[in-house]
Amino acid sequence: MSENRNQSTNVLRLKDITMQFGGVVAINNLSLEVNQGEIVALIGPNGAGKTTAFNCITGVYQPTNGEVDFHGSPIAVNHPQGKMIRQYAGINGDAYKNRKPVAYTPDKITRMGIARTFQNIRLFKSQTAFDNVLIGTHLRRSSNMFTAAFRLNAREEKANREKTARLLEIVGLSDEANELATSLPYGKQRRLEIARALATDPTLLLLDEPAAGMNPQETDELGEFIVDIKNRFHLTVFMIEHHMNLVMDISDRIYVLDFGRQIAEGTPDEIQKNPVVIAAYLGVDEE
Amino acid sequence: MFDTLLPYLLAGISVGGQYAMIAVGYTLVYGILRLINFAHGDIFTAAGFFMIYLTASLPIGISIPLVILLTVVLGFVVERVAYKPLRSAPRMSIMISAIGVSYLLQNLMWYITGGLAKQYPVLPFLSQTIRLGSAATKLVTIVTPLLTIGLVVALVMLINHTKIGMAMRAVSVDFETSQLMGIKINSVISVTFIIGSAMAAIGSVLYFTNYTAVTPTVGAMPGLKAFVAAVFGGIGSIPGAMIGALIIGICENLIKAAGLTAFSDAFTFALLIVVLLFRPTGLFGEKNTDKV
Amino acid sequence: MKKGNMRLIISLLVVAALYAGGCLIEHTAGSKSMVVTVLQKGAVYALIAVSMNLLNGFTGLFSLGQAGFMLVGAYTYAILTIPMAKRAAVYQYYDGGWIQFTVGVLPALLAAGLVAALFAALIGLPVLRLKGDYLAIATLGFAEIIRAIVQWDTIGPLTNGSNLLKTYPTLKTVMPGNTVLFTFLVVGVCIGLILLLINSTYGRAFKAIRDDEIAAEAMGINLFHHKQMAFVVSSFFAGIGGALLAMYQGSLQANSFKSAMTYEILLIVVIGGLGSVSGSVLASFLFIACSEWWLRFLDAETTLGAFKVPLLAPGFRMVVFSVVIMVVVLFFRKGIMGTRELWEIGNRRQAKGGRNVK
Repeated sequence: MSENRNQSTNVLRLKDITMQFGGVVAINNLSLEVNQGEIVALIGPNGAGKTTAFNCITGVYQPTNGEVDFHGSPIAVNHPQGKMIRQYAGINGDAYKNRKPVAYTPDKITRMGIARTFQNIRLFKSQTAFDNVLIGTHLRRSSNMFTAAFRLNAREEKANREKTARLLEIVGLSDEANELATSLPYGKQRRLEIARALATDPTLLLLDEPAAGMNPQETDELGEFIVDIKNRFHLTVFMIEHHMNLVMDISDRIYVLDFGRQIAEGTPDEIQKNPVVIAAYLGVDEE
Repeated sequence: MFDTLLPYLLAGISVGGQYAMIAVGYTLVYGILRLINFAHGDIFTAAGFFMIYLTASLPIGISIPLVILLTVVLGFVVERVAYKPLRSAPRMSIMISAIGVSYLLQNLMWYITGGLAKQYPVLPFLSQTIRLGSAATKLVTIVTPLLTIGLVVALVMLINHTKIGMAMRAVSVDFETSQLMGIKINSVISVTFIIGSAMAAIGSVLYFTNYTAVTPTVGAMPGLKAFVAAVFGGIGSIPGAMIGALIIGICENLIKAAGLTAFSDAFTFALLIVVLLFRPTGLFGEKNTDKV
Repeated sequence: MKKGNMRLIISLLVVAALYAGGCLIEHTAGSKSMVVTVLQKGAVYALIAVSMNLLNGFTGLFSLGQAGFMLVGAYTYAILTIPMAKRAAVYQYYDGGWIQFTVGVLPALLAAGLVAALFAALIGLPVLRLKGDYLAIATLGFAEIIRAIVQWDTIGPLTNGSNLLKTYPTLKTVMPGNTVLFTFLVVGVCIGLILLLINSTYGRAFKAIRDDEIAAEAMGINLFHHKQMAFVVSSFFAGIGGALLAMYQGSLQANSFKSAMTYEILLIVVIGGLGSVSGSVLASFLFIACSEWWLRFLDAETTLGAFKVPLLAPGFRMVVFSVVIMVVVLFFRKGIMGTRELWEIGNRRQAKGGRNVK
């Protein structure tokens, strides 16, 4: 937990990320780090820019300004200069003049080892739970279209099916393997999304409100589950969550976002005592 | 040089104006329903047949308003029967329905006409020959652009300054919200189809003065070109549709002047693809971002 | 696994029975009978419809370029197979044309697919970045451009301009008396290949893209790469389908490959069910049987005694037919099969039994 904080390498680093949509600044100069083996939570009121931050990390958006590093190498770099600066309200000094922009697509970022779930659950609706997870194994394929069509990849296919079955067992959905994904109850759909994300063999798992819509008991179970898969798959977890009990229970560190700005960072204890946070967040949005 | 090109230019402006009349229908419908109304070209053809059958027994002065009326009714009915039931369906379904309507209308027209090309009646006023400089042309060449501009201005006024216009703009920005705000979506959409069909009817009167043979599939190509014009001008923008149509009409005829007639249709689609790739919002379209 | 084998054997037996039935019908009814026409044309359309379904139904790309790729395939086939002796007559306006060799029917069919696939690869580069209906209209545009280019006088020595291509080997001449068998074999192999692809990991990726592009991309699926793959494969088979259509028709002209043809195939796909191979096959045969055969009586002016049946006149068949299609489109949006396959019917029980595991 926190004692190995100093010696650990950082897995994810956001540096001065700003994301604007037209005149709206969704994220303002956000910098943060997530270290190997940590569970880090990103909290803040609705509309604080949390999901936008996830979208910047996973390549869905290109940040208006700033850098994202993953295991020390850049996956998104943008420092608008000259003419492009018009779109960015901040200032970029000459320091960044020679930084080349980097904009990896979401699929490439996933292949590098970042997997995510979605706030509004995006399962493949026409497919079974099993196939949903199985699709997650597609990106590590060694087959091409021809070897796959002619079943020359039977061994790989078998391995992937076994892996899928194992993942479903881990998330407790073995019995529902052949149900249509969207026919599952809400809580199970969330677990299925996690299983699907795990199928891509990530090193960093981004969870966007994994406990949304769950009752307190389910939420507790989810907490244990997250810690369990973190240890089992040697993951680093970065999550957005509104259930404060869950956040305080399992997080190593917490970042608090409000109106696109980071207003606090620290351990659960520190955050709970932080007057700024209490004023901005806990006091307003107590559950 | 100019003397040889002048007839082509005139023809281009004229046919461009006629495309514009069709393009308005596409751009309005797309602006509101996000639907490429594949049947619009066939409604245009139907207007041509209405005219043929009506003038067989009625004077032209009465036929023209009746043609517009019948076309409007057809457009209205098509929307109510084929598009309204699919309001909440995926967009692909409603586009398939549009293709189905197009197929139905073409087959219906084939059945009624027996598949033979029908001769469009000569409209004495529009067919009058006049001289412009060195070029002899029909009066319709002059009337078309003037009428087009007049109607487009009127339409823009309607959209910007009337209540129904405001409702149309609201619906095109946000379908659900405007519904919540108490706008009667269905009547707004009906009005859109009525305006589009009326314009197509007027366009057909002008168009068939030059191309007098009407067959069931004659509207397909002008329809597609008008859609390209709408995309080129920026889908949703009425002046954009007009300008796009005029540019396409003129370019098409200049290509014919250059002796590449076979490519005049292909050019239109090449233009479409270039526009889609480099400026998908068209000349005057508004930029909108998709939400993730 | 055992169950899967049984299923496979049964499927193969059914397919073999269908083939034998087709053969038998041809031998008893004769090659010129209406049934045989329906079987030939229906099979050709089945391949084309399945190829379009791969794109529109399985990958969720609304493409309207099928007629263009069929045209490329048909022309490639015809150009390559016109016998040397006949070239001078066919290309009479172009001094016998450029191509001065002839290849066999099967290599030419393969070439038809490959050239169509090549066109698709080139067209896909720009077009597949477009979304939804813009993709539809752009592919439609490209199909029209292809049609214009083929008729271009300058490449007339290759394509015979806007003149007919004829005297190439047709269904009647390739396997006389066994036309149905030949068509079924080629179409069967092609559809079999498409099925293999759809049921592979790539097919799952296609379906993922159809269901949710954003989630698919988050699963590490390269959208462009996979869309391009679906587009190229679909066009490959559309090209072969076009070549078979050319063989069926006996002569070939670019002007018959208009967008109306694409629309017709799309409607077949919708009737069969977007996302169902067997649905497309069924719908193709139904569509062709209705339009060529069963509804023919609607076109004939009929008198029953002194009573003249109203409405019946040439063209009425297609009106009735398009009304039926509209009813399907509006009220039975899933078509005949939805996204299921024929061999999955009555399979619901089994779906729960853990077929996927192991």
